Amino acid sequence: MRETFIDTMTDLLAEDPRTAVVLADISAAAFGPAAQRHPDRVLNVGIREQLLVGVAGGLALTGLRPVAHSYAPFLVERAYEQIKLDLDHQGVGAVLVSVGASYDRAAAGRTHLGPADVALIDTLTDWTVHVPGHRDEVPALLRAAVAADGSAYLRLSTQSNDMARGNDGSLQVVRDAGPGAPLLVAVGPLLDQALAAVAGLPVTVAYTHRPRPFDIAGLRALAGTEVILVEPYLSGTSARVVGSALADRPHRLLTLGVSRTELRRYGSPEDHTRWHGLDAAGLRRSIDAFLAPALV
Amino acid sequence: MTMTTATDHTLSGRVGALLERVRAGREFGANVYSTLDVLQVLYDRVLRITPETADDPDRDRFLLSKGHAVAGYYAVLAAKGFVPVEWLDDQGGPASRLGDHPDRLLVPGVEIGSGSLGHGLGLGVGSALGLRAQGRLDPRVYVLLGDAELDEGSNHEAIAYAGATGLANLTAIVLDNRSASHGWPGGAASRFTVNGWTAATVDGRDHEALHTALTGHDNHRPHVVVAVVTNGE
Repeated sequence: MRETFIDTMTDLLAEDPRTAVVLADISAAAFGPAAQRHPDRVLNVGIREQLLVGVAGGLALTGLRPVAHSYAPFLVERAYEQIKLDLDHQGVGAVLVSVGASYDRAAAGRTHLGPADVALIDTLTDWTVHVPGHRDEVPALLRAAVAADGSAYLRLSTQSNDMARGNDGSLQVVRDAGPGAPLLVAVGPLLDQALAAVAGLPVTVAYTHRPRPFDIAGLRALAGTEVILVEPYLSGTSARVVGSALADRPHRLLTLGVSRTELRRYGSPEDHTRWHGLDAAGLRRSIDAFLAPALV
Repeated sequence: MTMTTATDHTLSGRVGALLERVRAGREFGANVYSTLDVLQVLYDRVLRITPETADDPDRDRFLLSKGHAVAGYYAVLAAKGFVPVEWLDDQGGPASRLGDHPDRLLVPGVEIGSGSLGHGLGLGVGSALGLRAQGRLDPRVYVLLGDAELDEGSNHEAIAYAGATGLANLTAIVLDNRSASHGWPGGAASRFTVNGWTAATVDGRDHEALHTALTGHDNHRPHVVVAVVTNGE
Protein backbone atom coordinates (compact mmCIF):
# COMPACT_ATOMS: atom_id res chain seq x y z
CA MET A 1 0.00 0.00 0.00
CA ARG A 2 2.89 2.33 0.77
CA GLU A 3 4.31 1.97 -2.73
CA THR A 4 0.89 2.52 -4.26
CA PHE A 5 0.51 5.67 -2.16
CA ILE A 6 3.88 6.99 -3.30
CA ASP A 7 3.13 6.25 -6.97
CA THR A 8 -0.32 7.83 -6.88
CA MET A 9 0.89 10.81 -4.88
CA THR A 10 3.73 11.35 -7.34
CA ASP A 11 1.14 11.48 -10.13
CA LEU A 12 -1.05 13.87 -8.14
CA LEU A 13 1.85 16.26 -7.61
CA ALA A 14 2.29 16.47 -11.37
CA GLU A 15 -1.43 16.80 -12.05
CA ASP A 16 -2.47 19.32 -9.40
CA PRO A 17 -0.28 22.32 -8.50
CA ARG A 18 -2.28 22.75 -5.26
CA THR A 19 -0.90 19.53 -3.81
CA ALA A 20 2.11 19.35 -1.52
CA VAL A 21 3.69 16.46 0.36
CA VAL A 22 5.26 16.94 3.78
CA LEU A 23 7.57 14.23 5.11
CA ALA A 24 9.56 13.60 8.27
CA ASP A 25 12.28 11.42 6.72
CA ILE A 26 9.96 8.39 6.47
CA SER A 27 9.55 7.52 2.74
CA ALA A 28 11.72 10.53 1.80
CA ALA A 29 13.96 8.45 -0.48
CA ALA A 30 10.97 6.97 -2.28
CA PHE A 31 9.65 10.48 -2.91
CA GLY A 32 13.08 11.52 -4.29
CA PRO A 33 12.06 11.64 -7.97
CA ALA A 34 8.96 13.67 -7.11
CA ALA A 35 11.06 16.00 -4.96
CA GLN A 36 13.41 16.61 -7.88
CA ARG A 37 10.51 17.58 -10.12
CA HIS A 38 8.63 19.62 -7.49
CA PRO A 39 11.21 20.87 -4.98
CA ASP A 40 8.82 23.46 -3.53
CA ARG A 41 6.00 20.96 -3.03
CA VAL A 42 7.80 17.89 -1.67
CA LEU A 43 9.10 19.02 1.71
CA ASN A 44 11.10 16.78 4.02
CA VAL A 45 11.42 18.53 7.38
CA GLY A 46 13.63 15.84 8.90
CA ILE A 47 12.69 13.90 12.01
CA ARG A 48 10.38 16.65 13.29
CA GLU A 49 6.79 15.52 13.56
CA GLN A 50 5.45 18.64 15.29
CA LEU A 51 6.83 20.67 12.41
CA LEU A 52 5.49 18.09 9.92
CA VAL A 53 1.91 18.87 10.90
CA GLY A 54 2.54 22.56 11.64
CA VAL A 55 3.94 23.00 8.12
CA ALA A 56 0.92 21.18 6.71
CA GLY A 57 -1.30 23.66 8.54
CA GLY A 58 0.68 26.63 7.22
CA LEU A 59 0.61 25.34 3.65
CA ALA A 60 -3.15 24.92 3.93
CA LEU A 61 -3.48 28.49 5.24
CA THR A 62 -1.97 29.71 1.95
CA GLY A 63 -4.39 27.64 -0.11
CA LEU A 64 -2.37 24.49 -0.84
CA ARG A 65 -3.64 20.95 -0.22
CA PRO A 66 -1.06 19.30 2.03
CA VAL A 67 -0.52 15.56 2.42
CA ALA A 68 1.53 14.72 5.52
CA HIS A 69 3.01 11.26 5.89
CA SER A 70 4.84 9.25 8.53
CA TYR A 71 4.58 6.22 10.78
CA ALA A 72 1.20 6.13 12.52
CA PRO A 73 2.40 6.62 16.11
CA PHE A 74 4.64 9.55 15.14
CA LEU A 75 2.12 11.18 12.81
CA VAL A 76 -0.98 10.89 14.98
CA GLU A 77 0.13 10.34 18.56
CA ARG A 78 3.26 12.45 18.78
CA ALA A 79 1.78 15.35 16.82
CA TYR A 80 -1.78 15.12 18.14
CA GLU A 81 -1.92 18.70 19.42
CA GLN A 82 -0.69 19.99 16.07
CA ILE A 83 -3.47 18.03 14.36
CA LYS A 84 -6.00 19.50 16.78
CA LEU A 85 -4.74 23.10 16.67
CA ASP A 86 -2.69 23.61 13.51
CA LEU A 87 -5.35 22.01 11.30
CA ASP A 88 -8.76 21.82 12.96
CA HIS A 89 -8.64 24.96 15.09
CA GLN A 90 -7.31 27.01 12.16
CA GLY A 91 -10.24 25.84 10.08
CA VAL A 92 -7.99 24.25 7.44
CA GLY A 93 -7.71 20.68 6.20
CA ALA A 94 -4.99 18.20 5.31
CA VAL A 95 -4.67 14.58 4.30
CA LEU A 96 -2.65 12.51 6.77
CA VAL A 97 -1.30 9.23 5.43
CA SER A 98 0.21 6.78 7.87
CA VAL A 99 1.98 3.49 7.53
CA GLY A 100 2.76 0.85 10.11
CA ALA A 101 -0.34 0.59 12.26
CA SER A 102 -1.38 -1.33 14.20
CA TYR A 103 1.60 -3.68 14.37
CA ASP A 104 3.19 -3.98 10.92
CA ARG A 105 6.61 -3.73 12.54
CA ALA A 106 5.83 -6.01 15.46
CA ALA A 107 9.48 -6.81 16.08
CA ALA A 108 10.23 -3.12 16.60
CA GLY A 109 8.20 -3.15 19.79
CA ARG A 110 5.84 -0.72 21.49
CA THR A 111 7.40 2.47 20.08
CA HIS A 112 6.39 1.51 16.54
CA LEU A 113 2.93 0.13 17.32
CA GLY A 114 -0.03 2.42 16.69
CA PRO A 115 -3.35 0.75 17.52
CA ALA A 116 -4.88 3.92 19.04
CA ASP A 117 -4.55 6.17 15.97
CA VAL A 118 -8.13 5.91 14.73
CA ALA A 119 -9.50 6.41 18.26
CA LEU A 120 -7.41 9.57 18.61
CA ILE A 121 -8.50 10.94 15.24
CA ASP A 122 -12.04 10.10 16.34
CA THR A 123 -11.79 12.66 19.16
CA LEU A 124 -11.75 15.31 16.41
CA THR A 125 -14.67 16.54 14.32
CA ASP A 126 -15.54 15.89 10.68
CA TRP A 127 -12.55 13.75 9.78
CA THR A 128 -12.85 11.09 7.11
CA VAL A 129 -10.93 7.92 7.99
CA HIS A 130 -9.97 5.38 5.35
CA VAL A 131 -8.55 1.98 6.24
CA PRO A 132 -8.01 0.25 2.90
CA GLY A 133 -7.98 -3.53 2.90
CA HIS A 134 -5.91 -3.92 -0.25
CA ARG A 135 -3.33 -1.84 -2.09
CA ASP A 136 -5.57 -1.48 -5.14
CA GLU A 137 -8.08 0.41 -3.01
CA VAL A 138 -5.50 3.10 -2.22
CA PRO A 139 -5.34 5.20 -5.43
CA ALA A 140 -9.06 6.03 -5.55
CA LEU A 141 -9.18 6.75 -1.82
CA LEU A 142 -6.16 9.02 -1.99
CA ARG A 143 -7.45 10.89 -5.03
CA ALA A 144 -10.84 11.42 -3.45
CA ALA A 145 -9.31 12.59 -0.18
CA VAL A 146 -6.98 15.04 -1.92
CA ALA A 147 -9.77 16.37 -4.13
CA ALA A 148 -12.01 17.06 -1.13
CA ASP A 149 -11.68 20.08 1.15
CA GLY A 150 -11.88 18.56 4.61
CA SER A 151 -9.38 16.52 6.56
CA ALA A 152 -8.83 12.84 6.00
CA TYR A 153 -6.70 10.11 7.57
CA LEU A 154 -5.51 7.24 5.38
CA ARG A 155 -4.22 4.30 7.37
CA LEU A 156 -2.01 2.12 5.20
CA SER A 157 -0.82 -1.28 6.35
CA THR A 158 1.15 -4.27 5.17
CA GLN A 159 -1.85 -6.35 6.27
CA SER A 160 -4.14 -7.09 3.35
CA ASN A 161 -7.14 -8.98 2.08
CA ASP A 162 -6.73 -11.14 -1.04
CA MET A 163 -8.76 -8.84 -3.24
CA ALA A 164 -9.65 -5.18 -3.44
CA ARG A 165 -13.21 -4.05 -2.74
CA GLY A 166 -13.26 -0.40 -3.60
CA ASN A 167 -16.40 1.69 -3.36
CA ASP A 168 -17.46 5.00 -1.88
CA GLY A 169 -16.99 3.72 1.66
CA SER A 170 -20.54 2.63 2.39
CA LEU A 171 -21.10 -0.82 3.90
CA GLN A 172 -20.71 -3.45 1.21
CA VAL A 173 -22.42 -6.80 1.77
CA VAL A 174 -19.90 -9.53 1.07
CA ARG A 175 -21.92 -12.42 2.45
CA ASP A 176 -25.70 -12.25 2.94
CA ALA A 177 -27.31 -14.53 5.52
CA GLY A 178 -30.76 -13.06 5.06
CA PRO A 179 -32.98 -10.70 7.04
CA GLY A 180 -32.47 -10.64 10.78
CA ALA A 181 -29.17 -12.54 10.69
CA PRO A 182 -26.36 -11.30 12.93
CA LEU A 183 -24.34 -8.61 11.12
CA LEU A 184 -20.56 -8.61 11.14
CA VAL A 185 -18.89 -5.41 9.93
CA ALA A 186 -15.23 -5.91 9.02
CA VAL A 187 -13.03 -2.85 8.56
CA GLY A 188 -10.11 -2.88 6.13
CA PRO A 189 -7.59 -5.72 6.09
CA LEU A 190 -9.42 -7.94 8.61
CA LEU A 191 -12.18 -8.91 6.16
CA ASP A 192 -10.63 -12.17 5.00
CA GLN A 193 -10.03 -13.33 8.58
CA ALA A 194 -13.61 -12.41 9.47
CA LEU A 195 -15.04 -14.28 6.48
CA ALA A 196 -13.05 -17.37 7.39
CA ALA A 197 -14.17 -17.05 11.00
CA VAL A 198 -17.90 -17.19 10.24
CA ALA A 199 -17.70 -20.00 7.68
CA GLY A 200 -20.79 -22.15 8.22
CA LEU A 201 -22.48 -19.62 10.51
CA PRO A 202 -25.64 -17.74 9.48
CA VAL A 203 -23.94 -14.35 9.74
CA THR A 204 -24.14 -11.50 7.24
CA VAL A 205 -20.74 -9.93 6.58
CA ALA A 206 -20.32 -6.35 5.39
CA TYR A 207 -17.06 -4.63 4.51
CA THR A 208 -15.98 -1.03 4.77
CA HIS A 209 -12.70 0.82 4.30
CA ARG A 210 -14.23 4.01 5.67
CA PRO A 211 -15.00 3.83 9.38
CA ARG A 212 -15.52 7.62 9.51
CA PRO A 213 -18.01 8.81 8.66
CA PHE A 214 -19.46 5.39 9.42
CA ASP A 215 -22.24 4.33 7.05
CA ILE A 216 -25.09 4.76 9.54
CA ALA A 217 -27.85 4.29 6.96
CA GLY A 218 -26.27 1.09 5.71
CA LEU A 219 -25.83 -0.17 9.25
CA ARG A 220 -29.47 0.49 10.12
CA ALA A 221 -30.60 -1.24 6.95
CA LEU A 222 -28.49 -4.35 7.55
CA ALA A 223 -28.43 -4.75 11.32
CA GLY A 224 -30.73 -7.11 13.19
CA THR A 225 -30.32 -7.66 16.92
CA GLU A 226 -26.71 -8.89 16.92
CA VAL A 227 -23.90 -6.69 15.61
CA ILE A 228 -20.24 -7.67 15.53
CA LEU A 229 -17.52 -5.10 14.77
CA VAL A 230 -14.14 -6.34 13.63
CA GLU A 231 -11.62 -3.49 13.48
CA PRO A 232 -7.85 -3.64 12.88
CA TYR A 233 -7.17 -0.97 15.52
CA LEU A 234 -8.13 -0.47 19.14
CA SER A 235 -11.07 -2.67 20.09
CA GLY A 236 -14.31 -0.75 20.52
CA THR A 237 -13.21 2.31 18.53
CA SER A 238 -16.50 2.36 16.61
CA ALA A 239 -18.71 1.17 19.47
CA ARG A 240 -20.03 4.66 20.21
CA VAL A 241 -21.00 5.17 16.58
CA VAL A 242 -22.86 1.86 16.35
CA GLY A 243 -24.45 2.32 19.77
CA SER A 244 -25.72 5.74 18.85
CA ALA A 245 -26.91 4.62 15.39
CA LEU A 246 -28.97 1.81 16.93
CA ALA A 247 -30.02 3.64 20.10
CA ASP A 248 -33.70 3.24 19.25
CA ARG A 249 -33.45 -0.54 18.84
CA PRO A 250 -32.74 -3.34 21.29
CA HIS A 251 -29.42 -4.78 20.10
CA ARG A 252 -26.29 -6.51 21.29
CA LEU A 253 -22.83 -5.39 20.16
CA LEU A 254 -19.56 -7.34 20.16
CA THR A 255 -16.47 -5.27 19.44
CA LEU A 256 -13.32 -7.05 18.34
CA GLY A 257 -10.02 -5.37 17.66
CA VAL A 258 -6.57 -4.79 19.08
CA SER A 259 -6.61 -5.05 22.88
CA ARG A 260 -5.39 -2.27 25.16
CA THR A 261 -2.90 -4.47 26.96
CA GLU A 262 0.74 -3.85 26.09
CA LEU A 263 1.88 -7.33 25.13
CA ARG A 264 5.63 -6.65 25.45
CA ARG A 265 6.21 -9.26 22.77
CA TYR A 266 7.92 -9.01 19.39
CA GLY A 267 7.36 -11.61 16.65
CA SER A 268 5.48 -11.00 13.41
CA PRO A 269 2.25 -9.17 12.54
CA GLU A 270 0.64 -12.60 12.18
CA ASP A 271 1.66 -13.42 15.75
CA HIS A 272 0.05 -10.21 17.00
CA THR A 273 -3.10 -10.89 15.00
CA ARG A 274 -3.31 -14.23 16.76
CA TRP A 275 -2.43 -12.87 20.22
CA HIS A 276 -5.15 -10.25 19.93
CA GLY A 277 -7.62 -12.93 18.86
CA LEU A 278 -8.06 -11.43 15.41
CA ASP A 279 -7.11 -14.49 13.36
CA ALA A 280 -9.96 -16.63 12.02
CA ALA A 281 -9.81 -19.07 14.93
CA GLY A 282 -9.69 -16.33 17.56
CA LEU A 283 -12.50 -14.37 15.97
CA ARG A 284 -14.56 -17.58 15.73
CA ARG A 285 -14.14 -18.25 19.46
CA SER A 286 -15.35 -14.74 20.36
CA ILE A 287 -18.20 -14.84 17.87
CA ASP A 288 -19.38 -18.30 19.01
CA ALA A 289 -19.45 -17.13 22.62
CA PHE A 290 -21.34 -13.99 21.66
CA LEU A 291 -23.91 -15.76 19.51
CA ALA A 292 -24.36 -18.82 21.73
CA PRO A 293 -27.48 -17.46 23.49
CA ALA A 294 -28.90 -16.13 20.21
CA LEU A 295 -28.51 -19.37 18.30
CA VAL A 296 -30.07 -21.70 20.88
CA MET B 1 14.59 54.83 25.34
CA THR B 2 11.58 55.46 23.12
CA MET B 3 11.82 57.52 19.97
CA THR B 4 8.41 58.22 18.53
CA THR B 5 7.33 60.06 15.44
CA ALA B 6 4.22 62.16 15.26
CA THR B 7 2.46 59.28 13.60
CA ASP B 8 3.54 56.95 16.36
CA HIS B 9 2.25 59.42 18.90
CA THR B 10 -1.12 59.52 17.25
CA LEU B 11 -1.32 55.76 17.06
CA SER B 12 0.03 55.37 20.58
CA GLY B 13 -2.60 57.71 21.89
CA ARG B 14 -5.36 55.96 20.04
CA VAL B 15 -4.06 52.48 20.79
CA GLY B 16 -3.59 53.47 24.42
CA ALA B 17 -7.19 54.60 24.65
CA LEU B 18 -8.41 51.46 22.92
CA LEU B 19 -6.31 49.31 25.21
CA GLU B 20 -7.98 50.98 28.17
CA ARG B 21 -11.31 50.12 26.60
CA VAL B 22 -10.26 46.46 26.38
CA ARG B 23 -8.90 46.58 29.92
CA ALA B 24 -12.17 47.89 31.38
CA GLY B 25 -10.63 48.36 34.81
CA ARG B 26 -9.01 44.91 34.97
CA GLU B 27 -5.40 44.38 36.02
CA PHE B 28 -3.18 43.55 33.06
CA GLY B 29 0.18 41.83 33.39
CA ALA B 30 3.34 43.56 32.24
CA ASN B 31 3.47 41.31 29.16
CA VAL B 32 0.46 43.12 27.69
CA TYR B 33 2.35 46.40 27.67
CA SER B 34 5.70 44.97 26.59
CA THR B 35 4.24 43.86 23.26
CA LEU B 36 2.57 47.15 22.31
CA ASP B 37 5.57 48.91 20.80
CA VAL B 38 6.51 46.13 18.44
CA LEU B 39 2.87 45.69 17.40
CA GLN B 40 2.60 49.39 16.62
CA VAL B 41 5.77 49.49 14.57
CA LEU B 42 4.69 46.38 12.68
CA TYR B 43 1.20 47.58 11.83
CA ASP B 44 2.18 51.19 11.28
CA ARG B 45 5.36 50.85 9.27
CA VAL B 46 6.19 47.29 8.27
CA LEU B 47 3.26 45.03 7.46
CA ARG B 48 1.58 45.43 4.10
CA ILE B 49 -1.91 44.58 5.34
CA THR B 50 -5.06 46.65 5.52
CA PRO B 51 -8.65 45.68 6.28
CA GLU B 52 -9.25 45.85 2.52
CA THR B 53 -6.42 43.41 1.75
CA ALA B 54 -7.03 41.08 4.71
CA ASP B 55 -7.84 38.23 2.30
CA ASP B 56 -5.42 39.17 -0.48
CA PRO B 57 -3.16 36.17 -1.16
CA ASP B 58 -0.24 38.58 -1.64
CA ARG B 59 -0.61 40.28 1.76
CA ASP B 60 2.07 40.04 4.40
CA ARG B 61 1.18 37.59 7.19
CA PHE B 62 1.43 38.45 10.86
CA LEU B 63 1.10 35.44 13.13
CA LEU B 64 0.74 36.16 16.84
CA SER B 65 2.16 32.99 18.36
CA LYS B 66 2.16 34.27 21.95
CA GLY B 67 -1.60 34.37 21.89
CA HIS B 68 -1.94 35.69 25.44
CA ALA B 69 -0.56 39.07 24.31
CA VAL B 70 -3.97 39.74 23.00
CA ALA B 71 -5.19 42.99 24.54
CA GLY B 72 -2.72 45.18 22.66
CA TYR B 73 -3.28 43.09 19.53
CA TYR B 74 -7.02 43.72 19.61
CA ALA B 75 -6.43 47.40 20.32
CA VAL B 76 -4.12 47.69 17.31
CA LEU B 77 -6.53 45.75 15.07
CA ALA B 78 -9.30 48.12 16.13
CA ALA B 79 -7.11 51.19 15.61
CA LYS B 80 -6.31 49.96 12.11
CA GLY B 81 -9.93 49.25 11.28
CA PHE B 82 -9.81 45.44 11.13
CA VAL B 83 -12.45 45.13 13.87
CA PRO B 84 -15.06 47.61 15.10
CA VAL B 85 -13.99 49.37 18.29
CA GLU B 86 -17.26 48.30 19.91
CA TRP B 87 -15.92 44.73 19.86
CA LEU B 88 -13.37 45.76 22.47
CA ASP B 89 -16.08 46.07 25.11
CA ASP B 90 -16.77 42.96 27.17
CA GLN B 91 -13.64 41.24 25.79
CA GLY B 92 -13.82 37.59 26.85
CA GLY B 93 -17.54 37.85 27.60
CA PRO B 94 -20.14 35.32 26.49
CA ALA B 95 -21.13 37.27 23.37
CA SER B 96 -17.65 38.57 22.55
CA ARG B 97 -15.67 37.48 19.50
CA LEU B 98 -12.48 38.47 21.29
CA GLY B 99 -11.25 35.75 23.65
CA ASP B 100 -8.26 35.77 25.95
CA HIS B 101 -6.56 34.10 23.01
CA PRO B 102 -7.37 35.07 19.41
CA ASP B 103 -9.38 32.88 17.04
CA ARG B 104 -8.81 33.46 13.32
CA LEU B 105 -12.31 32.28 12.51
CA LEU B 106 -13.83 34.92 14.79
CA VAL B 107 -11.62 37.99 14.31
CA PRO B 108 -10.92 39.66 10.94
CA GLY B 109 -7.21 40.27 10.41
CA VAL B 110 -6.13 37.47 12.76
CA GLU B 111 -4.06 34.98 10.76
CA ILE B 112 -3.89 32.14 13.30
CA GLY B 113 -5.73 31.02 16.38
CA SER B 114 -3.13 30.72 19.11
CA GLY B 115 -2.84 30.28 22.86
CA SER B 116 -1.05 26.98 23.31
CA LEU B 117 2.58 28.07 23.01
CA GLY B 118 4.87 26.80 20.30
CA HIS B 119 2.46 26.60 17.36
CA GLY B 120 2.99 29.88 15.51
CA LEU B 121 6.47 29.32 14.14
CA GLY B 122 5.62 25.95 12.57
CA LEU B 123 2.53 27.48 10.98
CA GLY B 124 4.68 30.40 9.86
CA VAL B 125 7.24 28.09 8.26
CA GLY B 126 4.40 26.31 6.44
CA SER B 127 2.91 29.63 5.32
CA ALA B 128 6.26 30.83 4.03
CA LEU B 129 6.75 27.55 2.15
CA GLY B 130 3.23 27.72 0.76
CA LEU B 131 3.72 31.26 -0.55
CA ARG B 132 7.03 30.28 -2.14
CA ALA B 133 5.52 27.18 -3.77
CA GLN B 134 2.88 29.36 -5.40
CA GLY B 135 5.43 31.82 -6.71
CA ARG B 136 4.27 34.56 -4.34
CA LEU B 137 7.69 36.01 -3.67
CA ASP B 138 6.60 39.42 -2.43
CA PRO B 139 4.69 38.73 0.79
CA ARG B 140 6.60 38.11 4.00
CA VAL B 141 5.60 36.06 7.05
CA TYR B 142 6.16 37.55 10.51
CA VAL B 143 5.73 35.47 13.65
CA LEU B 144 5.72 37.05 17.11
CA LEU B 145 6.91 34.82 19.95
CA GLY B 146 7.93 35.27 23.56
CA ASP B 147 11.25 34.34 25.12
CA ALA B 148 9.48 31.93 27.49
CA GLU B 149 7.59 30.47 24.55
CA LEU B 150 10.96 29.46 23.11
CA ASP B 151 11.02 26.80 25.84
CA GLU B 152 8.66 24.76 23.68
CA GLY B 153 10.68 22.31 21.60
CA SER B 154 8.45 22.73 18.57
CA ASN B 155 10.06 26.15 18.01
CA HIS B 156 13.46 24.55 17.71
CA GLU B 157 12.19 22.12 15.08
CA ALA B 158 11.06 25.16 13.07
CA ILE B 159 14.20 27.24 13.73
CA ALA B 160 16.54 24.45 12.59
CA TYR B 161 14.56 23.60 9.48
CA ALA B 162 13.95 27.20 8.37
CA GLY B 163 17.65 27.96 8.80
CA ALA B 164 18.86 24.83 7.04
CA THR B 165 16.63 25.47 4.02
CA GLY B 166 17.24 29.23 3.86
CA LEU B 167 13.58 30.16 4.19
CA ALA B 168 14.11 33.77 3.17
CA ASN B 169 10.55 35.11 3.43
CA LEU B 170 10.22 34.44 7.17
CA THR B 171 10.83 36.82 10.08
CA ALA B 172 10.53 35.72 13.70
CA ILE B 173 10.19 38.34 16.39
CA VAL B 174 11.04 37.29 19.92
CA LEU B 175 9.61 39.64 22.52
CA ASP B 176 12.22 39.09 25.20
CA ASN B 177 10.84 40.24 28.54
CA ARG B 178 13.13 37.83 30.39
CA SER B 179 10.30 35.57 31.41
CA ALA B 180 11.80 32.19 30.49
CA SER B 181 12.21 30.26 33.75
CA HIS B 182 15.71 29.08 32.88
CA GLY B 183 16.72 31.96 30.66
CA TRP B 184 18.62 31.90 27.35
CA PRO B 185 22.29 32.23 28.25
CA GLY B 186 24.08 33.97 25.41
CA GLY B 187 20.83 35.54 24.24
CA ALA B 188 17.79 34.25 22.43
CA ALA B 189 19.20 35.29 19.05
CA SER B 190 22.03 32.78 19.27
CA ARG B 191 19.52 29.91 19.00
CA PHE B 192 18.63 31.25 15.59
CA THR B 193 21.98 32.41 14.27
CA VAL B 194 23.64 29.05 14.94
CA ASN B 195 21.08 27.67 12.48
CA GLY B 196 21.88 30.21 9.80
CA TRP B 197 19.39 32.99 10.50
CA THR B 198 20.29 36.66 10.42
CA ALA B 199 19.51 38.40 13.69
CA ALA B 200 19.14 41.78 15.31
CA THR B 201 18.69 42.36 19.02
CA VAL B 202 17.21 45.75 19.87
CA ASP B 203 15.48 47.76 22.56
CA GLY B 204 11.87 46.69 22.33
CA ARG B 205 10.73 50.23 23.19
CA ASP B 206 12.77 52.01 20.51
CA HIS B 207 10.55 52.40 17.48
CA GLU B 208 13.35 53.44 15.11
CA ALA B 209 15.55 50.55 16.19
CA LEU B 210 12.62 48.16 15.88
CA HIS B 211 11.84 49.46 12.39
CA THR B 212 15.43 49.09 11.27
CA ALA B 213 15.61 45.56 12.68
CA LEU B 214 12.24 44.52 11.27
CA THR B 215 13.27 45.61 7.80
CA GLY B 216 16.81 44.23 8.08
CA HIS B 217 16.32 40.84 6.40
CA ASP B 218 18.68 39.99 3.54
CA ASN B 219 16.17 37.99 1.42
CA HIS B 220 18.47 34.99 1.45
CA ARG B 221 17.97 33.66 4.96
CA PRO B 222 15.27 33.78 7.63
CA HIS B 223 15.56 36.74 9.96
CA VAL B 224 14.96 37.12 13.68
CA VAL B 225 14.42 40.29 15.67
CA VAL B 226 14.85 39.99 19.42
CA ALA B 227 13.03 42.90 21.05
CA VAL B 228 14.29 43.23 24.60
CA VAL B 229 11.93 44.73 27.13
CA THR B 230 13.52 44.32 30.51
CA ASN B 231 11.07 46.32 32.57
CA GLY B 232 7.51 45.39 31.91
CA GLU B 233 6.10 48.82 32.50
